Amino acid sequence: MTSHDVKNPTRRGVLAAGGSLVVSFSLLSRAFGQEGEVQGTAPPAQPKPKLPGSLSGEPFLDAWIKIDAKGEVSVFTGKAELGQGVKTAIIQVAAEELEVDPGAIRLITADTDRTPDEGYTAGSQSMQNSGTAIRHAAAQMREILIAQAAAQWQVPPDQLRAENGTVVKRDGQTLDYGTLASAANLHVEATPQSRLKPTGSFKVMGQPMRRVDIPAKVTGTPIYVQDIRLPGMVHARVVRPPRPGATLTALDAAAVERLPGVIAVVRNGSFLAVVAEREFQAIRAMLLLESVAQWSEGRKLPKPENFIQSLKTLPSQDGVVSEKGQATGIPAAKTFEATFTRPYQIHGSIGPSCAVALFENGTTTVWSHTQGVYPDRSAISEMLGVPPEQVRVIHVEGSGCYGHNGADDAAADAALIAQAVPGRPVRLQWMREQEHAWEPYGPAMLTEVRASLDEAGRIVSWNYDLWSNTHTTRPGPAGSLVAANSLPTPFQPPAAKLSITPSGNGDRNAVPLYAIPNMRVIWHFLPEMPLRVSALRALGAYVNVFAIESTMDELAVMAGVDPVEFRLRHMEDPRGRAVIEAAAEGFGWSRDPLPEGRGRGFAFARYKNLAAYLAMALEIEVERETGRSRVVRVVAAIDSGEVVNPDGIRNQTEGGIIQAASWTLYEAVTFDESGITSVDWSSYPIMRFGAVPESVEVRIMDRPGEPFLGTGEAAQGPTPAAIGNAIRHATGKRLYDIPFRAERVKAAIGV
Amino acid sequence: MRVARILAGLAGLLLLGVGAFVAYAWRSEIGRVDPPAPSGFDPALVARGSELAAIGNCNVCHTAPEGEPFAGGLGIPTPFGTIFSTNITPDPETGIGRWSEEAFIRSMREGVDREGRHLYPAFPYDHFTLVTDEDNRALYAFLMTRKAVAATPPENQLPFPYNMRLLLAGWKALYFREGAFQPDAGRPAEWNRGRYLVEGISHCGACHTPRNRFGAEDRERHLAGAEVENWTAYAINADSPAPIPWNAESLTHYLRHGWHEHHGVSRGPMAPVTANLGSVPEADARAIAAYVADLMGGPSQERRARGETALAAVRRESEAPLTAQASATGNGIGATIYASACEGCHSGRRPLPFGGLNLHLSTAVNGPNPQNIINVVLFGLPAAKGEPSAMMPAYRSLLNEEQLVALLDYMRERFSDRPAWTDTRERVAATLHGERRITVYRMDGTTQAPPESSMRTTP
Amino acid sequence: MTVTLSVNGTTHRIDADPETPLLYVLRDNLELNGAKFGCGIGQCGSCTVMVDGEAVLSCITPVLLLEGRKVTTVEGLGTLEKPGPMQQAFIEEQAAQCGYCIPGMMMRAQVLLQADPAAGEAAIRAHLEPNLCRCGTHVRIVKAVMRAGELIRQNSQSGGGAT
Ligand code: FES
Ligand code: FES
Repeated sequence: MTSHDVKNPTRRGVLAAGGSLVVSFSLLSRAFGQEGEVQGTAPPAQPKPKLPGSLSGEPFLDAWIKIDAKGEVSVFTGKAELGQGVKTAIIQVAAEELEVDPGAIRLITADTDRTPDEGYTAGSQSMQNSGTAIRHAAAQMREILIAQAAAQWQVPPDQLRAENGTVVKRDGQTLDYGTLASAANLHVEATPQSRLKPTGSFKVMGQPMRRVDIPAKVTGTPIYVQDIRLPGMVHARVVRPPRPGATLTALDAAAVERLPGVIAVVRNGSFLAVVAEREFQAIRAMLLLESVAQWSEGRKLPKPENFIQSLKTLPSQDGVVSEKGQATGIPAAKTFEATFTRPYQIHGSIGPSCAVALFENGTTTVWSHTQGVYPDRSAISEMLGVPPEQVRVIHVEGSGCYGHNGADDAAADAALIAQAVPGRPVRLQWMREQEHAWEPYGPAMLTEVRASLDEAGRIVSWNYDLWSNTHTTRPGPAGSLVAANSLPTPFQPPAAKLSITPSGNGDRNAVPLYAIPNMRVIWHFLPEMPLRVSALRALGAYVNVFAIESTMDELAVMAGVDPVEFRLRHMEDPRGRAVIEAAAEGFGWSRDPLPEGRGRGFAFARYKNLAAYLAMALEIEVERETGRSRVVRVVAAIDSGEVVNPDGIRNQTEGGIIQAASWTLYEAVTFDESGITSVDWSSYPIMRFGAVPESVEVRIMDRPGEPFLGTGEAAQGPTPAAIGNAIRHATGKRLYDIPFRAERVKAAIGV
Repeated sequence: MRVARILAGLAGLLLLGVGAFVAYAWRSEIGRVDPPAPSGFDPALVARGSELAAIGNCNVCHTAPEGEPFAGGLGIPTPFGTIFSTNITPDPETGIGRWSEEAFIRSMREGVDREGRHLYPAFPYDHFTLVTDEDNRALYAFLMTRKAVAATPPENQLPFPYNMRLLLAGWKALYFREGAFQPDAGRPAEWNRGRYLVEGISHCGACHTPRNRFGAEDRERHLAGAEVENWTAYAINADSPAPIPWNAESLTHYLRHGWHEHHGVSRGPMAPVTANLGSVPEADARAIAAYVADLMGGPSQERRARGETALAAVRRESEAPLTAQASATGNGIGATIYASACEGCHSGRRPLPFGGLNLHLSTAVNGPNPQNIINVVLFGLPAAKGEPSAMMPAYRSLLNEEQLVALLDYMRERFSDRPAWTDTRERVAATLHGERRITVYRMDGTTQAPPESSMRTTP
Repeated sequence: MTVTLSVNGTTHRIDADPETPLLYVLRDNLELNGAKFGCGIGQCGSCTVMVDGEAVLSCITPVLLLEGRKVTTVEGLGTLEKPGPMQQAFIEEQAAQCGYCIPGMMMRAQVLLQADPAAGEAAIRAHLEPNLCRCGTHVRIVKAVMRAGELIRQNSQSGGGAT
């Protein structure tokens, strides 16, 4: 199995050249490895000098950027806007390198008919992959346009510059991009080297730019897939079985068919849905259909009592994530041992999953908030038994997804229903209970740590075992779609396979970034999935960082050293040290006593050990009588490499902190043997305004010229650890089991 | 509310000879002590005190909304003015940090503070007097080990003569019987335990027993139901209006979890009570339930039959396939509102506590007045703070007087075999217009100003 | 049945079953997008609209209760070209991630600010309690509402009048 100590990403070779930088990319296949979230996709064979970002998969410049004769610029990205602000950041990058006004760029996002295949918008890699590709494509296209102008004017290119959609000569004459683009050949492959603009000359990048999607979102302009209205569109609702594995045994749908507005009851094996003219008619019909459908027993869910502990007893395959130094015989002065757990947790989009599908002339078009239009197309076409060309998947924004939620399943549902009403667009939205019960959950996990200090208070050994399912069952294969599992000849979910990659999965961030001489990290991979699971923001990093950083605090206590100081003593990566210092400094970290019931907590991680660095400090208030905890204030410092849109990074990081705080304090899927019992916001509470911290401050490290580092999930791991550490500081008690609901905290505190 | 009538009675007492009265009423001060060190208390005693404090709901009155536990400051409005609860944290200056154990026990037993002043019976010493010295010592140990909070409650807003504490001695002479609990040797231990808790520290009667015109609990109508803070506390004796008769089993579940499938969820001022009882030893909840169930008595043949009928109706409704819902016409506006706004959750298809109760089972709909349903319909049941809980949306800004009255009439007619209420309109109007002020409780016992419009005034 | 209701200043005669929730009338009959479906059972607030100056969850409001009443949705606060103060404030504070919860937040906040444009942070938080956001945009939402209060106060001083 691979072991990896943390290598720095290969640095760009930087050569000064005439005011620009010639940047040669020799990034190896690392970026591919990061797509490791897609199960069953083996890392591709290592290519020669690799093109930057996603250009390696789609080298033609005009696949990314098109300029028409009128000079209109269209930029194409295979990535999707998920509320993370990626559209804005990509426009910024393209505008900067292309020297056009950001407002003049038309951005086309993920569409299997129009944009490059960039796999999934996941793992915080949009800027690393697509942003990088578009930046280089834009720079190369600018140089081609300048060369074209140079040819027309018969002057050397270095006497020309690009500016605001034109190329300008020293005497002030200009040629516009439209003219140049018509003359030049832009259907060329990218070269490994681009003349990128130096940081100092940026006009758009690095500046806060207002998100392009927000005005529409605050004015009710149709922008979500939920808002699509096509001529002749009808509304559908699905009826799910009471629990997975149950099959439809009997159905008398006559009463449903008689309801006003009902167009069709769709039954295909155990897949059941209803189509009506109006949305509320569809909902009513769904309720009636639910009450008349009869199902077989299906699979029993596991007993909820001690479920998490039972993970250790499930059959497992063991993978070595990291191994170094000695395994035994290490002299240890003090040892800390503990078990950390988290339950199943949901993505919990505020807007339930939705899709629109149209089956017409043999082609099925699906509008979906999927994270991956191409993989979703493969899955849907396989399910429908048609070649991929007969399915088109277009990304349209939905409610935030935070990973693999119900989006792909809803897309498949809509596609299947559309087959029954050819020529009519079908809009399908899940009900709240369906979203809560049928989205794939973030897997329950259990981890065990044993770490030792030497006499001098330095960590000498680290043993870490984690028990987890895979964290990705994303489509690609049809078997990963709920609808496809219900067909008369059901597609089976593909068997999960253990795969250890640099960016990790259940083992993401399982290896501490600290300097530790002897280490052993094992993933006890659980192929059997008692509940359906898939990628939830940060995958295993949420629990692994929680466990590692909780342990770091306990070790600091044992060593009698301040926790920030203790981390610094074990951190060799200068960028890691820098965020730790910045967060501590910004927070005003100190050992001064706090009022009773208050505590400080600190945590650090580099996401995936190869993306953004993030450290945070926070203060918590624990009400001793009830155990209710409230995060009072948070200061985080983040290093995302070169900054494209600082406000975008801030927005995502603030959100990540609040969301992870909600997971940590409140959230757990509940079930009994007969099914899921947490099916709404009443049975699955999340954070409400009353518990939101008074302030969340994000400091961004200035890293001009460094590669973009994925940001969107960087806060998820440190947050639970910082909260646990703060509760420990406030109460003297360590919490090991997420969520830290009031009852649990009170039980730890005692009277 | 509890104190309202109490105070009324006081005026008459002015007629008594003031001198003699003062001599009679006078209580001595008990000297200040240095606050005892928390570490000096036996942890087992503190733990026992914690359970007793939960059973006694000390936190409910002695904590202001969003305030620190036990730091006081909750205003209890009465027609005579407002009484503010005191700080019972061990803060030496503003709390009870300088109270000796003796002073604490005297306050529980006699209703007199450390300085010798009579306490208003809003502090239910008419019940607490039954608490044993041993339990009082545990309570003292618990309170003295809490977080000390410096907080002085606002001055009581009581006009003359109600602000004359000395007069409380007269009230006590008439209505207060001092003395620790005496078990009934002829009864089982659990029953005695239950009685000790219910009549003593739990002070159930403070809300569930109606009061006479002097504001004292009417012993003749023990636990016969009353109104508190514009919520109805139902009869928990033989007159219980619950459609399905309670028994010790269902009561235990309800008290510990805040809901029962045949009775619905606890809300209003009962929510903090069940939230507290969730943390006490099950045996104590069982004892309370056993005693109360005994007071209610075995259900009559007629009540049993009513219960069966209600359950049968629920079964019928939840098993029948949903038909195309009866459309607006015919049944009147109340029926239509019910079908469109209420039935979705209250059809009984989804189990409690997260699904709504089928109203055939509702004590509120079968109760003596519609106040509790008015409150819940208008102000809803907000989500608990970060814990799973039942929720219900508020219809405060949607339903007008006419519509709400029609809805209530419809519910009573459809889901109860009791006669129509007579005061529905008056109560609806007074609640809608804010003359009856309602505190909204979450299932976890915390309170919230009414949502929607009224929430605007939160400072 | 036909219901007459006024939405964003325009009177509509709607042909719908009286028990149809307002949410579907707004989205399906009137093709307005502001009110969003989140839960359909009054737990999340993403369907919040304003009815006669009060915040109302449109998913649990049968349209029959709205005869003759004034409904305002986020479309009634301004347009893309000319955003109203509440919208302007959310743009200035960049108070959205996915944005799905935002129209509901804005409508509930609008109710508060119409009653008290100087509402403080604590009041705003308490008032927004019924509305959920999963992206964790809360801190910005509170800032945006404070900012909207400022804009509304400035407007009314300069005689502009609040939306
Ligand atoms: S959709 Fe109306 S409250 Fe959730
Ligand atoms: S911004 Fe996405 S739910 Fe609030």
